[in-house]
Amino acid sequence: MTVVFKRPESLTPTITHYCPGCTHGVIHRVVAEVLDELGIRERTVGVAPVGCSVLAYNYFNCDFQESAHGRAPAFATGIKRVRPDLIVFTYQGDGDLASIGMAEIVHAANRGEKFTTVFVNNAIYGMTGGQMAPTTLPHQVTTTSPRGRDTDDVGYPIRVAEMLSTLRTPGYIARVSSHTPKHVVEAKKAIKKAFQYQVENRCFSLVEVLSTCPTNWGKTPVESTRWLEDSMIPYFPLGEMKTPDDEAAQG
Amino acid sequence: MAKKLMKGAEAIGEAAIRANCRAYFCYPITPQTEVAEYLARRMPEVDGVFLQAESEVAAANMLFGAAGAGQRVFTTSSSPGIALMSEAISYIAAAELPVVFVNIMRCGPGLGGILPSQGDYFNATKGGGHGDYKLPVLAPESVQEAVDLMMQAFDLADRYRTPVFMVGDGMIGQMMEPVEFHDKYVTDQIDQSKWASTGCQGRSPNVVKTLFLDPNACELHNHHLAEKYAEIEKNEVRYETYNMDENPELVLVAYGTVARICKTAIDELKKEGLEIGLFRPITLFPFPGDELRRIAENESTKSLLCVEMSMGQMLEDVQRFTRYVKPIEFFGRQGGIVPSPEEIVEQARALCSRKGA
Repeated sequence: MTVVFKRPESLTPTITHYCPGCTHGVIHRVVAEVLDELGIRERTVGVAPVGCSVLAYNYFNCDFQESAHGRAPAFATGIKRVRPDLIVFTYQGDGDLASIGMAEIVHAANRGEKFTTVFVNNAIYGMTGGQMAPTTLPHQVTTTSPRGRDTDDVGYPIRVAEMLSTLRTPGYIARVSSHTPKHVVEAKKAIKKAFQYQVENRCFSLVEVLSTCPTNWGKTPVESTRWLEDSMIPYFPLGEMKTPDDEAAQG
Repeated sequence: MAKKLMKGAEAIGEAAIRANCRAYFCYPITPQTEVAEYLARRMPEVDGVFLQAESEVAAANMLFGAAGAGQRVFTTSSSPGIALMSEAISYIAAAELPVVFVNIMRCGPGLGGILPSQGDYFNATKGGGHGDYKLPVLAPESVQEAVDLMMQAFDLADRYRTPVFMVGDGMIGQMMEPVEFHDKYVTDQIDQSKWASTGCQGRSPNVVKTLFLDPNACELHNHHLAEKYAEIEKNEVRYETYNMDENPELVLVAYGTVARICKTAIDELKKEGLEIGLFRPITLFPFPGDELRRIAENESTKSLLCVEMSMGQMLEDVQRFTRYVKPIEFFGRQGGIVPSPEEIVEQARALCSRKGA
């Protein structure tokens, strides 16, 4: 009998705590497959955020450190600077990375720290129960924007990938999604590229992955994938924003 | 080894290097930025890591990550910077990682000023961040002692897997004194293969974490930490006494540079025939409380005078540990004003005459 599908070695056989319809599990698997395919599991250190994916170290079968809220890029900087031979990645949500940890991610990207960030953007705070995030869409209802996000009051959602792409320091920045199998395949390509750049010691890399939060969006998993497609992607367009080969980055 | 004339801040940086520390993450803040400037030059010479972070918050979390990866690391800062680092310090204590922090204290609260102070005694000894944790706090009175304690701080941090503080003030950082680096304090790092995140080749993954969702597990972790702090209290108390052989009626209690000024005052008073003693805690945590209480309980001891560059912070430990067995007076200067030997002489003389000595 031929095995055609199995759990990646970089994942533990643990059932995740993620809600039904949440795509964290899929994104974990994609990262794990990339670690397997690049053969780097045994020299990889992951940095977990504070948020829904804080327990990522229970699911990944590699060394991990659990960060303070938003500080994962500082952690990764510390690890990578003292152990440049290790492969280091942070796995962060939108509250963690784009709100409390904005300074850390901007400066890590700007220094060109040679680690990889998987930035999961579901436009809401998940673990604390559905509060407004820096990436919450205009008019999107959350527990702290009960009448919908009022852009006159709290501004527009931050497009992290585009913002980081403006930095002069070379890097790899892309936005992908996780709501359909086709998108997951594309997401894996970008994440693999991001890790590959690190393996080659070339540059900082960040892949923003749009994801769903049926529980806090108040939608079914199917409605959630539709909402991501119809509402999130128009505001957060997919694609590679920046590569280290860009002429602009060279000049 | 020959003595070398060095500025305190630079000597602290060099001591860390001599103690085999090869990574320093920092953020500039007066009055200790000279450490960063020194190490920006010096670290690359020994293939070490020097990185100026975007904030103290980031610097402290870089230390956290680097220590989690098993490397000997340290930083230096000053009061408002240490306050910002306190988030990470609580986590580092919880994660049981060895990291050395130096706080060259300046006066506060708020932006305060850049001049010397001892206003962070509470911050250092009572846990500056959230949760139940403590950490060893070393308080040198001279540049040489700063060098010696700095080198020993890394071993202390390794042995107990804990953040360690060394606290000084602008005087320690800025003054120049001859120093000697002792080889006896140069040791190898302990084996961290059981816990450091260095890649899981040939073993199951190591996880550095501080989250305990199960209340029983969290309480157990707190008990484990408390046991460690009790062990530190048992083993690591350090102090010095000065002019105590004469059974003085008045005993000054002071630490750091203030203790040194007290010694000058004591020498002055000796010339007048007035014998005053000094009790100088070298570790602020663990506080040498039993030793101080024994001195307070001496029949010859009539009163204690606690001298600080604060509004009375160590004073509370002096009161607590001596249980008010003898009257405790306080003399403090704040705002960056360093008490002069003359002021202390005057305070001591007044107390002695009041007590009918």
